[in-house]
Formats: sequence, structure tokens, C-alpha cells
Amino acid sequence: MAKSTSLFQPELVKRALKDAFVKLNPKLVAKNPVMFVVLAGSVVTTFFFIRDLVNHGDALFSGQLAIWLWFTVVFANFAEAMAEGRGKAQADSLRKARTTMVARRLVGNKEESVPAPALAKGDLVVCEAGDAIPADGEVIEGIASVDESAITGESAPVIRESGGDRSAVTGGTKVLSDRIVIRVTQDPGNSFLDRMIALVEGAKRQKTPNEIALSILLSGLTLVFLFATVTLLPFAQYAIDQAGKGSVPSIPVLAALLVCLIPTTIGGLLSAIGIAGMDRVMQRNVLAMSGRAVEAAGDVSTLLLDKTGTITLGNRQASAFHPAPGVEEHELAEAAQLSSLADETPEGRSIVVLAKELFNVREHDMDHHQTEFVPFTAQTRMSGINYGGRQIRKGATESVRQFVEDNGGRVPDAVIEAAQRVAKEGSTPLVVADGPRILGVVQLKDIVKGGMKDRFQQMREMGIKTVMITGDNPLTAAAIAAEAGVDDFIAEATPEMKLSYIRQEQAGGRLVAMTGDGTNDAPALAQADVGVAMNTGTQAAKEAGNMVDLDSNPTKLIEVVEIGKQLLMTRGALTTFSIANDVAKYFAIIPAMFIVTYPELSRLNFLSNPKSAVLAAVIFNALIIIALIPLALRGVAYRPMSAAKVLRRNLVLYGLVGVIIPFPFIWLIDKALVLLHLA
Amino acid sequence: MIQIVAYFLILLVLTKPMGIYLTKVFDGSFRWLSLVEKPLYALLGVKKDDDQTWRQYAVGVLAFSAVSMVATYALLRLQGMLPLNPQGFGSSQMPAHLAFNTAASFTTNTNWQSYVPETTLSYFSNMVALAIHNWASAAVGLAVAVALVRGLSRRSASGLGSFWVDMVRGTLYVFLPMCLVGAFVYVASGVPQTFEAPKSIMTLEGVKQTIALGPVASQEIIKQLGTNGGGFFNANSAHPFENPTPFADIFTKLLIFVIPAGLTYMFGRMVGNVRQGWAVFAAMSLLFLTGAMVCNSAEQAGNPAFAKYGVERANMEGKETRFGIAGSALFATITTDASCGAVNSMHDSFTPLGGLVPLFNILTGEVIFGGVGAGLYGMLIFAILAVFIAGLMVGRTPEYLGKKIGRFEVQMAMVAVLAMAASILFMSAIGSVKQFPKEAAINTLQGSVYGGADTGYGPMTGNTNNPGAHGFSEILYAFTSATGNNGSAFAGITANTPIYNYMLGFAMMIGRFFVILPVLAIAGNMARKKIAPASAGTFPTDSATFSFLLVGVVLIVGALTFFPALALGPVVEHLQMTGGR
Repeated sequence: MAKSTSLFQPELVKRALKDAFVKLNPKLVAKNPVMFVVLAGSVVTTFFFIRDLVNHGDALFSGQLAIWLWFTVVFANFAEAMAEGRGKAQADSLRKARTTMVARRLVGNKEESVPAPALAKGDLVVCEAGDAIPADGEVIEGIASVDESAITGESAPVIRESGGDRSAVTGGTKVLSDRIVIRVTQDPGNSFLDRMIALVEGAKRQKTPNEIALSILLSGLTLVFLFATVTLLPFAQYAIDQAGKGSVPSIPVLAALLVCLIPTTIGGLLSAIGIAGMDRVMQRNVLAMSGRAVEAAGDVSTLLLDKTGTITLGNRQASAFHPAPGVEEHELAEAAQLSSLADETPEGRSIVVLAKELFNVREHDMDHHQTEFVPFTAQTRMSGINYGGRQIRKGATESVRQFVEDNGGRVPDAVIEAAQRVAKEGSTPLVVADGPRILGVVQLKDIVKGGMKDRFQQMREMGIKTVMITGDNPLTAAAIAAEAGVDDFIAEATPEMKLSYIRQEQAGGRLVAMTGDGTNDAPALAQADVGVAMNTGTQAAKEAGNMVDLDSNPTKLIEVVEIGKQLLMTRGALTTFSIANDVAKYFAIIPAMFIVTYPELSRLNFLSNPKSAVLAAVIFNALIIIALIPLALRGVAYRPMSAAKVLRRNLVLYGLVGVIIPFPFIWLIDKALVLLHLA
Repeated sequence: MIQIVAYFLILLVLTKPMGIYLTKVFDGSFRWLSLVEKPLYALLGVKKDDDQTWRQYAVGVLAFSAVSMVATYALLRLQGMLPLNPQGFGSSQMPAHLAFNTAASFTTNTNWQSYVPETTLSYFSNMVALAIHNWASAAVGLAVAVALVRGLSRRSASGLGSFWVDMVRGTLYVFLPMCLVGAFVYVASGVPQTFEAPKSIMTLEGVKQTIALGPVASQEIIKQLGTNGGGFFNANSAHPFENPTPFADIFTKLLIFVIPAGLTYMFGRMVGNVRQGWAVFAAMSLLFLTGAMVCNSAEQAGNPAFAKYGVERANMEGKETRFGIAGSALFATITTDASCGAVNSMHDSFTPLGGLVPLFNILTGEVIFGGVGAGLYGMLIFAILAVFIAGLMVGRTPEYLGKKIGRFEVQMAMVAVLAMAASILFMSAIGSVKQFPKEAAINTLQGSVYGGADTGYGPMTGNTNNPGAHGFSEILYAFTSATGNNGSAFAGITANTPIYNYMLGFAMMIGRFFVILPVLAIAGNMARKKIAPASAGTFPTDSATFSFLLVGVVLIVGALTFFPALALGPVVEHLQMTGGR
């Protein structure tokens, strides 16, 4: 589903246009107090338009007012419908994946065919190559490659096997090879796919805490303007009595004034901004369980990042040979290469590559009868080769020392020192021995991903602390932390340490985000304010977090934080803009309104006549919503910088410009109206 | 202009020491009056370390205000039977509506004076029933501000301190010593302090004149220091016995601002970052200086219509020659910024633009230094709103001083804003309606009790001295002054009629308690929150940018709410005047 689509696709627009009118249902509009006032204003104005038609009043004027007030509501609805559009389209395609599946349920040793919705929690089902997995579950037997493209959009199959952290399977995905037995872990209707559909569709969308607070502010402002507009009637009456001329503003004009003043711009776009923010997260293939999680992401001030895969490339690579005293580097390289020939791990392969690059050590012709590969075991913690009477081993310092001493040898101090030096540089030392003789140390280096240092610097400027989590010893961790430029690290990390670190940060008032995949990450994921679970992770991890990264890419966390910030910025920018606009609208309407009563006001008036002034302001008010839809959906331009700089920039951009910009546009609309004889 | 700058510089110098002094008063480190303090606590049944929740604190404020208001009402009505009444004033001078208005006015620190003191009040009423409130209402304001600051500075706490302890300490350590010293300064510059009855003398022209006297100095000092503004004489600080010399005038101006300014520094110290306090101080200063400059230049420019008669254009009407234009304009700006309401000139006679400044100052909600305590808590409410509106733009949910601003805070802040707007707008609306049922009963001035004739005004609009837009300005100013708890009058309106007295009384109570209650609620809710440490990503509220933002929000909220009303009042007047009408 990770298709990046342009904002205004014709079919999306068409659908949104239709929805914009469906959403005129007063019950739906009532959820948004600001727009409800506009709706009420539209109804009242329409009533006066009809009255004017019957009584031969100025129906052209009240008719235009009514139309533009209706447009204001429709435009706001359109914005919301546009924001929902992409999610709805995605939901449709996901529903296709959920088409009636048949499950092979195991009862005892017998299989029976049942429809997928009939499966209950705890049922066992069998899936073989070509079968669709009927429900969310856990592999309890076997291993299989699974096509998860229906959910992740990633076409490369993934491996799912019983036990460990890769046992979770998702309903709606497809087994490509082999046979697995799955224990169902979710009741129908509550599956990952169901939840995903509900999420992308926004069906259960709830207002986030900040959205609620903002709505209260907007409702309060709406009331303030209601007071100001209602009391204008007696004030105007007094003025007219005193001046002896002019007329009291009519109800439609007051309704129009009210609509112009209440924060319709932000009121109309508020929900669209929230939905679009969720959608942007979704476009990055991250499934946010709630808008609240996205909002919290913007507030995060501590990021816990796994070293492997996020900060460093997944694999360590051999970078240098440090021979023992009296040993040629070439000899060490050759032995290391020999010991790694059968080692299929990336580290092993990198040793072979390095030996070849540095000394052009060729692969030996090996007589298989004389060759015995010694694989790595948890007991020996070494791997190597027995070849032509030689016993070549490589492994951790302690293990190799044991091996050498058992063979009657001794480890020279110089080698121990070399190993320590390597560790201090943030690399992993591998000691190589040939029987009783120590040959030297191979340096396995962690490669820090390109650009991470700059990224962390940006984070720091945004006030976000980055913490690296690693299983490495403190020495190694410190070196990598320094190289990558993170602010802090947790070495030899256990799930408990993560949890207590998060608690400690939160006690200091900070919000914490982290990624995790294993079952033992679940408590920390649940404790974190933003917990991003990897889709490859266990069911427990996925349920504990409040986001799921379908690509299982830990670097994503940084993007999620940025989207969260952008969402909040967009909301703030449009609020400021909306309120700033009011100043201009007042200046447009009020002087023009009372120009007959107090001709002196003409010095403040820049518009043609009272009617054109009101109309121009109302039209501007409606059109600005349409004009700002792209901004609301895309979010404001975002660059990582300090809050003080962002504030200054945005205050000028949305505050100051917000005060100024309506003047020329209202003036233009006013002139156009007069030119067209509409007012 | 030099006078304004000099005044501001002195204030700037005084702010820090005053702030440190206030901090020590309210964190309990001053002990030198514990001999008086301890028995008082025993009497009130409180302990000095009591910690009240915001609800308990609010109950304290309300109970204290209610009891003292009822007591004042009773004392005023019964003044005929009470001592220190050489002129023999009774309840006929103090009818129910006037007593209600006056009790509400002094309880709420408004000190709007519908009555004419010299012909209405006994010395006892003045010194006991009213002067008590000069102390008490100011101490209440101070206590509420301190409670709010505690709420903002404490982390994960449930209490805001004790209202009773704060009242006692505020009175004993702040007002008592400062008043003692200040009263002597006033006496030294010629303000009378006596219980003698008014003297009758023969003037040089041979006319018999009554010179009103009384214990003026003691009342004068707390009137200014507590930003009360209720004068001993009707002419208030324009009267030579209240404000005899230019030195006394400057001294008075400093008294009005010194505590509100010091509070900003106290705020900074208590939240652990004095820059936070200075940022608020800067915002207030910017608004104050702009107002003073505009008002002064409008008055200096005067009315162009006079130019053709060869008259000095600067507007001296309604001003005392011993203060001059700058002194009067500065005084008007200060007194309306600070919800003091003392006047040394007739605001009604100001030019439209010059009069707009005082009016707008009050419309901002009295946050430009403001009343004792009230200014700080009002401004902090605006700070919360400013942070909420613009704070999102830095990409975090809004927080002030490390505390998240949630729906509750916004709700409460809006209650305060809405209450102010509703009170001013709707009451002014009623005041500008031309026809009323039973006008004679509700809108008649009982002149007969003062030896004149009763005056029936008909509709409320009839009470204005002037027709046209200026009349509307007078009505708007009256309700704004009452709701803003300022108490200064444009003096262009006759307010001593039942309808005005009742409405203004209610306006004052709305403006006081519908702000204090939300403030305490916010304080209580904020106290419970954790404090997120500031980082490069947090909204900086201790910077110049924030001061400007705060000014912007104060202006915009005020302007958006009241623009139509202002447009039909002072703005039109100004255009009429400059347009040559």
C-alpha cells in the first residue's frame, strides 16, 4: 500500500466532492461547533433570501450571501473528505485481501474446512504453499516463506517460523512455500487487517487531546464573536439614533459578519489536518493506532534507537589485521581467511573479502578428506577449520585464550592489548590462533550509516535527545556512540534496562519514543509514549506499541517524529493565520457597514460600498479554505531547527502575513463584484 | 516624553528589589513580624505551613469576599448610627442600590465611586467600611497571583499554599510597612491627616467656602499602593489635598505600579528563571509605553478645531496646571493600565484618541502591570493563551514553563475571556438601548438627599453628559471600567441611579470572580503536572519574541472582541474631530 500518490487525483476529488455534500447532514456538522454556526448562518440567510424573493427585496445580495455561506460549509467538508479519500481508497484495497477465505482447522489430527470468520481464538489451522493465512496467529510448528505484500506492499517474501521473534503471522497474507501450523490469536473482526482497515478509513477516529483543547478555544472565540455581533445591533441603533441617519445592519449581514469573524479557516480544516497527518504516517508504511500517537510523536524529546540497523549497518565488517609479535600480517590474514571459509555469517564473509583485498589471498584448493570445518557453538564460542593437521580457530579473546592454553600455548600481552585497543575503537576483536600459537587479532568494525551524524545533530537542534541501545560492552558502545554522535547510550542493554530508562526519562517530564520487535520489548514498548513495533516482530510487541512499522525499518522512528511535529505545526500555523485574518476582515466590514451613519468612517474604508464589502469578506473567507487545503493536507514546510527559530519564522509567515494578506484579496474581490454588477 | 521615560527608568530600577522582597514574603522567609503573625494564625485557626487545594483556596477567597462585602453593605447602610460622623450622614444618602454598588466596588478592588464622598460618607464609613477593603481586596489579589505562580512553579503538587496565610503575610509584610512609610511621605508633601470636621473659611473674594478635610494621607497611600483608586474626595487625585505637588504626583504613579511590576520579578524567581519574569515585564512595558506615548501625543496635539481661533491647541481641558499634559496623560495611562482608577484629570475631556488609550487599556483586561496581583494573573492567562495559539507552530503540543496546556486550562482561560466580553458588551448594549419600561423607577438620581432636586433620566442613554459617539464612549467606558475592576470613570455619566448602580455592581463582581475562579482552577491543575525540562525544541517563553507575541495576543483578543464597539465610539469621535466637526 506504500504508493505515494499525488494529492489531487481526479477520482479522489470526485469522491470527495460527493462526500462534501453528504457531510452537510447537520448531525455530522454538529461535531464541529465552528462549522455548525456557519451552517446555521447559511440556513438563516437562505430564509431571508427566500423572503426577499417573495417581497421583492434585494434578493441578489441575500442570495449571494446565502450561496457563499453554504460554500463555506461545503468547502470545509470537501477538505475533510479529501483528507479521508486516500485512506478510504486504501481501505477498499485491503478489503479485497479479506475476501472470503477458507481455513483448514485442525481438530485432533483431522483437518476440516471452515470459513475464516468462524475461527476462534486458540484454534489451530494448517497452511501450506498457496494458502492464504485465514487469521492472525502464531506459528507453532514449521517454517514457511510468506508473502505479506497485501499488508506491507513489500513483494519480497519473509520467513515465519515457530518459536523466537519471527513467529507472528497476519491474516490475509499468503504462504508461498512449506507448511506451518498456526494458533489463532485473535477473534474474527478484531484482526490486524480489520483494525488496519478501520484505521486507514478513519472510522473510529477520535479527536486527539490537543485537537479537543483547540476546539474548545475555537468554540470560545466563536462565542466571543457571537457576543460582538449580537451587541452590534443595539450599538448600531444607538449610533443611528444619535446621528439621525443610516440603518441597522440586517440579520443576513450580521450572520455574514459573524461567519467572517469566527475562525472558519482553522475550524474547517482542523479535522483534515489531523487525518492528513495520520495519512502521511501511513504513506511511510507505518500504521499508527491512534492520532494521539502521532501527536505524541511531535512531543517526543528522547529517542531510544537500536544500534543495529538504525545507527550502524546491520553487520560488522573486518577492517584490519593486527598480527601478534613475530607473526607476518600476511600469515594472520591467510589463517583468518581459512577459518572463515565455511563461515557464512556476514562477518565471516567480510574477513575473506578483506584478506583477498589486502594480500590477494586466494581460496585454497582443499582436499576435502583432510578438511574439517568447526562451526560456531554456544559452548566453544569459536569457529574454525581443521586443515592439514592445523587447528585454526577464531573467536572472542577469552575463548581463544582457553583454547591456546589447553594446547600448551600462551597469549602474548601485546595481543591482549591489541584486542583492548580494538574494543576501545568501537570494534569487535576476534583473536585468531593456530593450535598453541596466537596469530593476532582481526578487527571487526561497526559501520555507522552515512548521514546519521547530521541527522542526530538536527535532532539535537530540535531539542531531541538520541539514545543508542546496544548489547555491546560499554567500551565498544561508547566508541560507536561517539562516532555516530548520539547523546547517550545504554550498553549491554536488557529489556529491564530499557524499561527503567524510559521510566526515568518520563519521571523527568520527557516523552520517549522507541522501536522494538521481540516479546521482551513489549513492556518497554507499552511504557514508551511512542512505541513503534516492527511488523516482523512478535504479536506481543505489536500489541504493546502504538504504531506498527510495516517495513520493519527502525530508522523510521525519526521520520515519525518529524511527521508528528509537522502535524502540530500545521495546526498552529493555520490557527494563527485564521485569527490574524480576522483583523483584516473587521477593517473591511465595520467601516463600510456604518459609513452612512458616520460618514467620517470613509477614511478607514477601502471598499466600494457596504454590500460589496460584506460580500467580498465572505467570499474571501470561503475561498481561503479552498486555497489552504493543499497546505492542510501536505503540512507546512518543515525543516529541522530550533524552536526559537521556527517560532520567529512561522510567526512572521502566518501571523504577520495573515494580518496583511486579506486586504489586497478582499479589495480585488470587491472591485470584481462591482465590475460584474453583483454588488 | 522625558517624564515618561524617567518614570519608566525609576520603575525598572525598583522592580527587582520589590520582586525579591515579595518572594521572601511569600516563601515565608521573612520572620520579623512573627510576634503579630502567630496570634493572627491562632485566631484564624490556621498553621503557617497549611497547603490548600485550589478548591479550598477558592472557597477561602469567596468566603472572605462575601463576608466582607455583606459587612460593608451593612456598615454603609447603618452609618447614621455609627461614630465618627461629624456631618451626620445617614442611610438616606446611602440607599440600598448605592450601598450595594459601593460594597461590590470596594470588595472587588474596583473602587468605582457612584457616590460623592464629601456629601455621602461619614469618616467612619470611609476609614472602616471602605478603607479595610483597600487593604483586603488588594491582599486578595496578591494572594491569588501568588497561588497561580505557585501552581506554575510546583511539580506534581496538590496544593497552592494557604489563602489565609498569604492574606496575613501580604498585609503584614507588604502593605503595612509600605503604607506607614508612604503615609509620612504624603503628609510631608502636604496631604492632611485629621479627624476634624470640614472648615468654613472666607476666601479672598469674600465668599464663604467649606474646605473638606479628614484622614486623607492614610487612605491615599493604600488607595495607590493597592491599586484601589477610591479617593477621599470626589475630585480624586486631582484634588490638591490628595495629590498636592508634582513630587506627590510622581510618587503616586510609582506607588501604583511598584507592586505589579515587582510581581513579575517574583514570578520569574519563583519559577526558577528570572528571564521568564522579565519577558512578562517587557510585554507589559511595551504596552504601557506605547499607550503613554499615544495618549500624550494625542493630548499635546489637541483639537485641530481650536486652531482657527488662535487658541493653544494642546488639550488642557479637565487637566490640573500643576501636572500639565504629560503628567496627566501619563497618570491616565498608568491608572487604567493598573486597574487603579485614581484620576488626576478628567478622562472625559481627553481627545478621542487620548481617551481611547485609557479605555483600551481597561479592555485588555487590566493586564498592563494591572491591579495588585490581578495584573499578573491576568497576563499569565494571556500567556497561556498565547502559548496555546502560537505554541503549536514549533511542532510540540503547547506548554508553558514546562507544563502542558490541556483542554482544562484552555476552557478556564476562555471562561475568563468570555465573562469579561459578555459583561462589557451586553451591559453596554443594555445601556445604549433607547427605551426602557418603568424608567422613572429605575433610573432616577435622588438629588433631594443632597439638597437638590431629583433628576429622572429616562433611558439609560440619558445619563450621558454628551450626545453622539462620545455618549456611547461614556457608556462603554463605565461598564468596561467596572468589569475590568478599574473604577476610573470617564466622569461623563451619572451613575448614581438604581439601574446603573446594580448593573455596574454586578459587572464588577463578574469581572473579579469570573477571573479569579478560573485562575485558581488553572493554578490547581497546573500544580499537579510534571515539568518537562526546557530544550532547544521547547517554545521559548523567556525571549523577546515571546514578549512581542504576548503583546500581539493581548491586543488582538482585545481588538477582536471590542472592535465594533470601539469603532462606533472613540474611533468615530477621533475621525469626526480630525475631520473638523
